[in-house]
Amino acid sequence: MAAEHTFPDSAARLAAGAATVPDEFQPEKMSLSMGPSHPSTHGVLRLQLEIDGETVTKADPVIGYLHRGDEKIAENMTYNQFVPYTDRLDYLAPLANNMAYAIAVERLAGVKVPPRCEAIRVITAEMARISAHLMGLGAFGLDVGAWTVLLYSLEEREKLYKLFEELTGARFTTSYTRIGGVTRDIPEGWLGRVGAFCDQFLPILEETLRLLTRNKIFMDRTVGVGVISKADALAYGLTGPNLRGSGVGLDLRKDKPYSGYENYEFDVPVGTSGDCYDRYLVRGEEMRQSVRIIRQVIARFPEGAWHATDARRIFAPPKDKVLTSMEELIQNFMIVTEGPQIPAGEVYFEAENPKGVLGFYIVSKGGGVPYRLKIRSPSFCNLSIVPKVCTGCLISDVVAVLGSLDFVMGECDR
Amino acid sequence: MSADFLAALRSRFPQAADRASADHPAVNVPLADVVAVLKFLRDEHGFDLLMDVTAIDWSEGANPRFTVVYHLLSTTRSGSYVRVAAPCGGNDEAPVAPSVTSLWPGANWHERECYDMFGIRFEGHPDLRRILMWEGYPYHPLRKDFPLAGIETELPGADVVEETGTKVVAAPMAGGPFVAASGEINLSEAEPRAKDESWSDRVARPDQTPLRQVKE
Repeated sequence: MAAEHTFPDSAARLAAGAATVPDEFQPEKMSLSMGPSHPSTHGVLRLQLEIDGETVTKADPVIGYLHRGDEKIAENMTYNQFVPYTDRLDYLAPLANNMAYAIAVERLAGVKVPPRCEAIRVITAEMARISAHLMGLGAFGLDVGAWTVLLYSLEEREKLYKLFEELTGARFTTSYTRIGGVTRDIPEGWLGRVGAFCDQFLPILEETLRLLTRNKIFMDRTVGVGVISKADALAYGLTGPNLRGSGVGLDLRKDKPYSGYENYEFDVPVGTSGDCYDRYLVRGEEMRQSVRIIRQVIARFPEGAWHATDARRIFAPPKDKVLTSMEELIQNFMIVTEGPQIPAGEVYFEAENPKGVLGFYIVSKGGGVPYRLKIRSPSFCNLSIVPKVCTGCLISDVVAVLGSLDFVMGECDR
Repeated sequence: MSADFLAALRSRFPQAADRASADHPAVNVPLADVVAVLKFLRDEHGFDLLMDVTAIDWSEGANPRFTVVYHLLSTTRSGSYVRVAAPCGGNDEAPVAPSVTSLWPGANWHERECYDMFGIRFEGHPDLRRILMWEGYPYHPLRKDFPLAGIETELPGADVVEETGTKVVAAPMAGGPFVAASGEINLSEAEPRAKDESWSDRVARPDQTPLRQVKE
């Protein structure tokens, strides 16, 4: 491995810059509000900046513009009714959110889903990861002046959305999982089309990444910019590609496998210097690894049931049975009106989502409605480091840092 | 699941009690020991990531009403978690808990969110402001006595309010398919319903006395 690179700490650079200017020429500081409607704040993030010329001396993120009270809403509806709300957390990877939520509730209920269901969830989560990273990559390129990348990545994302639509009926807000299973089995021939997508995607991915990886302008904008040290990344609770970009190889798919991830071979890319460029490289490699996982899932796709068959009070019976059999009709009625019956207790489950670790902490007093549901969102934690990273940056670096952190406000504000 | 650190924790802090848990090792500790216990877990047992700080409101009348819950993850012990819970001090209106920002700077936003949503004051927090709601908002929305539909509130800018007379208006019905009940929720009330007649243009909301006159 190459020697570890170090870049001057941004605060130290700032102090050194200020020290070279005599007191009488110290300029007045200006307050600048960046966002909530700004192309590089990806949604409705607002940064309250204090700037000294072109240098940021203080950055205070103001969040909450997209706060919808999802946790309050969850306390007032049944477990299955909350699935569509999880689509709207990280709305660039709804399938991954659906899966994380369903597994959390299943852990609380002690339900085990069959291997086919696990495989369906893994394949959809990895496709969601590719589509989220494509969007993150395109937007990052756009932020630092590389237009073309977005055009390539949106086209690939569109192909994925076609596959999502075929599977779930919706392109964006998929609501695909139910507690104890998924809404429907995969359509005929769908796996073949996913495989065909993977085959044509890899060369295009290489071509897209080649636009950035050795691009002089892109490297000037990102190498050594927005450096997050290993210690800082841990102290601020960063997760996902942002943590791995700083050199910590934590990936819950490896460290705490769920939904059968232990059966698949893949590598966890880790950065060395923790700058914007490393975070970009990590995301690029993660897409290749996702393709690798998807191919393995397709190669040995399990037969059998695609939902839990022994969870009669949790997973609704098949529709044809509901219309012909009294017992199933009652069962369906009870699950729809009262919700899946989950025992009392508490559970904390985290899944490795595209943006980082998405956690659900659910406290149940029994019955069909959670007593308390807390969403631990990766974008929220990843953004909390912005005041530290952006202090001492130039304004144009702030744009690169935000692009490389790859956050989604729907998830941050909940 | 190896829980060797739990034995070490118990011998060091005999006041820590087991917390019923089906997934991760969990302990209940007195409020005064939270910082020491978390520091012990971080420094001596490798729980280096503070994943989450949150609170539970056990409804009006419960004692203690609020519990703070911490989740730690270890990057060195191959994905083990530990849950630490502590009952809040203070009274129901202004519960208090110690801040752990000195251990993890990342706790800053989590504690601000807890303060915003539950009104728990974290002692020693460097900058305890609201984070999701705006500064000056008078309620703590995740408390169980706060209605789901919301409460009418004035917008933050006093000059804007004077000029335009705008305010944040609560949802017109008791939440459409949802029900705005506090405490124990009756499931039949939580069923989807098309219209809630208990709160409409003709029937006053329980907390508002004057009926709005509707001209036919």
